[in-house]
Amino acid sequence: MSNGKYKWIGTRVDRPDGADKVTGRARFGADFNLPGQLMGRVLRSPHAHAIIKSIDTSAAEKLPGVKAVMTAKDLPDQPNLIVPTGEMQVNMRDITRNILAREKALFEGHPVAAVAAVTDAIAKQAIDLIKVDYEVLPHVIDVTEAMKPDAPVLHDHLMTEGVKPPPTKASNIAKRMDNAKGDIEAGWKQAEVTIEREYTTQAVHQGYIEPHAALASAAEDGQLQIWSTTQGHFQVRGFCSRLLGVEVSQIRVTPTEIGGGFGGKTVVYLEPIAARLSQKSGKPVKMVMTREEVFRASGPAPGGTVKVKLGAKKDGTIVAAECEIALQAGAFPGSPLGPACWTSFACYDIPNIKVVGFDVVSNRAKVAAYRAPGAPISAWGVESTLDILAQELGMDPIELRLKNAAKKGTKTSYGPTFDTIGFVETLEAIKNSAHYKTKPKPGYARGVAAGFWFNVGADSSAAAHVAEDGTVTVISGNPDIGGSRASLALMAAEELGVDYSKVRPIIADTSSIGFNFVTGGSRVTFATGLAVVNSVRDMIRELKVRAAKTWGVDPEAVIWEDGMAKPAGSNVGEFEPLSLAQLAASAGKTGGPINGHAQLNAQGAGPGFGVHVVDLKVDHDTGCVHIDRYTAAQDVGTAIHPSYVEGQIQGGAVQGIGWALNEEYIYNAKGRLDNAGFLDYRMPVASDLPMIDALVVEVPNPHHPYGVRGVGEVPIVPPLAAVGNAVSRSMNIRMTDLPLSPPRLSAAIDAATPKIAAE
Amino acid sequence: MNDVRYSAPSTLDEASKAMLAANGTGWILAGGTDLLVQMRSGMRKPGVIVDIKKIDEMMTVQDLGGGSYRIGAAVSGAVLGEHKALKKAWPGVIEAINLIGSKQVQGRASAGGNLCNASPAADSGPALVAAGAILAIHGPNGRREIPVEKLHSGPGRTTLAPGEILVSFTLPARPKGSSDAYLRLIPRTEMDIAVVGVGVNLTISGGKCTAARVGLGAVAPTVLLVEDAGKALVGSSLDDAAIEKAAAACRAACKPINDKRGTIEYRTKIAGVLLKRSTAIAIERAKGN
Amino acid sequence: MSKMHITTTINGEPTEFLCDPSQSLLDVLRDNLGLTGSKEGCGSGDCGACSITLDDRLVCSCLVLAPEAEGKKIETVEGLAQGEHLHPLQKKFVEFAALQCGICTPGFLVASKALLAKNPNPTETEVRFGLAGNLCRCTGYDKIIRAVMEVAAEMRGAAR
Repeated sequence: MSNGKYKWIGTRVDRPDGADKVTGRARFGADFNLPGQLMGRVLRSPHAHAIIKSIDTSAAEKLPGVKAVMTAKDLPDQPNLIVPTGEMQVNMRDITRNILAREKALFEGHPVAAVAAVTDAIAKQAIDLIKVDYEVLPHVIDVTEAMKPDAPVLHDHLMTEGVKPPPTKASNIAKRMDNAKGDIEAGWKQAEVTIEREYTTQAVHQGYIEPHAALASAAEDGQLQIWSTTQGHFQVRGFCSRLLGVEVSQIRVTPTEIGGGFGGKTVVYLEPIAARLSQKSGKPVKMVMTREEVFRASGPAPGGTVKVKLGAKKDGTIVAAECEIALQAGAFPGSPLGPACWTSFACYDIPNIKVVGFDVVSNRAKVAAYRAPGAPISAWGVESTLDILAQELGMDPIELRLKNAAKKGTKTSYGPTFDTIGFVETLEAIKNSAHYKTKPKPGYARGVAAGFWFNVGADSSAAAHVAEDGTVTVISGNPDIGGSRASLALMAAEELGVDYSKVRPIIADTSSIGFNFVTGGSRVTFATGLAVVNSVRDMIRELKVRAAKTWGVDPEAVIWEDGMAKPAGSNVGEFEPLSLAQLAASAGKTGGPINGHAQLNAQGAGPGFGVHVVDLKVDHDTGCVHIDRYTAAQDVGTAIHPSYVEGQIQGGAVQGIGWALNEEYIYNAKGRLDNAGFLDYRMPVASDLPMIDALVVEVPNPHHPYGVRGVGEVPIVPPLAAVGNAVSRSMNIRMTDLPLSPPRLSAAIDAATPKIAAE
Repeated sequence: MNDVRYSAPSTLDEASKAMLAANGTGWILAGGTDLLVQMRSGMRKPGVIVDIKKIDEMMTVQDLGGGSYRIGAAVSGAVLGEHKALKKAWPGVIEAINLIGSKQVQGRASAGGNLCNASPAADSGPALVAAGAILAIHGPNGRREIPVEKLHSGPGRTTLAPGEILVSFTLPARPKGSSDAYLRLIPRTEMDIAVVGVGVNLTISGGKCTAARVGLGAVAPTVLLVEDAGKALVGSSLDDAAIEKAAAACRAACKPINDKRGTIEYRTKIAGVLLKRSTAIAIERAKGN
Repeated sequence: MSKMHITTTINGEPTEFLCDPSQSLLDVLRDNLGLTGSKEGCGSGDCGACSITLDDRLVCSCLVLAPEAEGKKIETVEGLAQGEHLHPLQKKFVEFAALQCGICTPGFLVASKALLAKNPNPTETEVRFGLAGNLCRCTGYDKIIRAVMEVAAEMRGAAR
């Protein structure tokens, strides 16, 4: 797999945390306990939309064993201030209300009060004793409904942003977003074929297997320690500081091992509550969500509507593209609308583009990031429409995409011009794959789709320490959600020229390493990897100084090669190379400990492209889909650890398959979620799937020393349309609404078939 | 959490007394795969949990000869699935029971528990109704027997009186040329609740169907015995017309609801589709017997 | 609420514990006995992260009442490795990158061991259906299935 340029990069080493994770030793969120801890529980609104007239906690407070009860009154109110959370932005005024409802309960499951008690059973009993006087209001769940002028309005202060002139009446449309390129009207005039369709998707959950969990311990002097399963412990620290009014340096957050996040653990739910309950009670407080709470009250990804119009020449050249996207933000503004709009046509070099987006609130849990937030939704619309175009023109779907593929120098509709990218290479990889060259089995149909994600850089810090025996500790601050310890150690070993086994990667708490932005956006191997490489380079600089001192020469006369300090040339003098171990052993005499540090704001994240192809069969009697073969190609820049790169591609593809086929939030007439569990929220199980062939394409990112782009986000973008295109081709009916569940497919087949006379 | 007591009696009389004494707050624990979920969600708050797995009769499978078996109500699906002779004699019943949940759930869940939980979508229901299983019930006034289709009175409700416990179900002896099959429709391939379930049990003699029973699940408040479907098959050579007539009878018997698992139209249509498919399997099996 | 005194064997060790009559075995393993290798993903038997064997039968420990453990033999993920030697499944999961976040891994390992004990020569389809009660959201199952198939082949080779 490795291209021979590197010794360690591209090898499939065992991950450093492997033994811990296969023996049950690794400690995840709910595995942390402190002596004397209390258990916390949250009371949640049973109503989708209601005014909270009063909350009476007196009976709960009197229950023996209850040590603290809190409501929103126990947290200071917050200003109307936008802060970044990772891949999305949140408003502090909203987030404190999301954590504990103030004036109104805005979705079923919205936290209203919380208790800490000596046992979980007592905490649950206490929750039942809290009396809330609600005035139930009409609710709205669906985006299209929420946009109508007569829809129940969630926030009386919400005026649509981005509209001129600014509106004077509150609505559920939080924002309008526009981006464009060229002259769309001129584009339509050139078009010989025009395709226009409207698509919908439903809200889906990230579905991490580990529920949210937090343990907080507040001391009487104001110091606060938190253990949390999170993608960003520095974000937990920052949010808790603002939400509780505690100085940042007084808070120390330790990330536990994290049982999946996919973007959903970049925000805070339990941490500020556990912290405040701990402050109030003077005891550590542990809180763990149930699976039902995870579904009802932690952020799903939005559903939405996507209208797409494409205009092309008969030879397949796309001359105009237009897209209108409306996304569910949940109860508070802030859907991943920007990325949904910007990614929509990013795969293609189209002269005239117009994209309009709407961010819409409704009585659902506030959405959170989910793997390439927003992009799968717009890609569902765009890639489905491209498939119709390919059918209309009688073109192979890969050829159509090749004809219009974005390349180095293509200007995007949202601003940047692409540097070196690998979309064409990725399309070629599929075109030349054994899968694509073989016809689908009889009865099976094939679907193709592409996807794009920017990939992210941002802030990272890292340190490297040489121990007295010459082994190395690499310290960074991003929770390892899928093997990043291994990739960071591989890059450090490569840089240092030592064996991988000599490098121990550690993830430090917020007080033990400088700031790190969240694990998300496919940034860790790129940005934190860059920080690790720089910290090792800093350490090597010091190692060279120490060798120079030992030899009595200038540091410039020393080079670092194969894990050893060597004289730069014969003119420096005859010196035996000094190994890392030798330099470490003599460090006391040459200036003390040898460490390296780096901090940076990583620029130049390399955009990633993926192309997926699937063969599947629709059972025309039942609407059930059987997937026979699936291949996913992706430009990853450089695969640092190919197994984990493949794993990201396979896992993302399967999440996308679930999104396409069966996953959806189902609400009843009262606006309550009807499928808040793994039984009826149907994520793919092992028997639903074939092997997922991952084709790793490597077009190195010029802005990273090892060419890293980032991998994790792209693979969830193409599957919705890849599956949808195959289903539509199989049924010979264009499907535009997700999920493609058996009842929906069956109904579409029946609607297109003349009724049987007997019926 | 309320004060809950756990008891594991070794006789049916003790179990029955414990249930009666609990005065409506007693719950039988067999595999627990429904009860523990219901307790956790707060839907059930038992005062007394009566674990009946120490009672021999509830845990044994008895070969009564001629393809007839008496099966303890608390025997787990995994144990039944490993009973080769039983699986050969009643493949439809065993495949239905083995579809209840994952391998993990199979390690605990019993057909008796599946029946007494009284979900209209329970997989064991249609297959046992088709099989013509007879239930043995032990109560304060001794024993009684009822056909399985008389157990349910509505979703989550049974006709069991206070203190009554389902002890076993008996699968009848069948003539040569008999077999059965069960199919359900789920959106995934595993880990789902049936959107529709159809059990077919039939006997073929001299190229004609001489007996047939059809059980239908998840399309009405209780599992249904679709007598018209059986009648459509009996006397026929199991030709397409007869099977289509049986499928129509299944569709006609449906009184489904729209819910998160399926629509009325979909469930009705699928009842017919699955009747045809499960009948085809049962025919194939019967020909081999 | 009076506690019950239960005597059982966990990973070969005679073990006693006190529990509430309505406590799940998973809660006892994790909270009373410190065996946090078994994970709670759902508490309703739908994810398999709490898989253990009870008298050699694969079950979800969240669906077992703690008092039912009386006199039984329990095996958890903590009992897979022998001393300093990982079980072949544990080794292969690491080697094949069959875990990403690792939360579902203990359940998959226990379920895979139980599967191979019953069926040493499974087809891919049998492995997929055999492990359908274990949810993994990271890997798409591909590398898990490959690891289990490979261990099955190795164990058959070793048994010969």
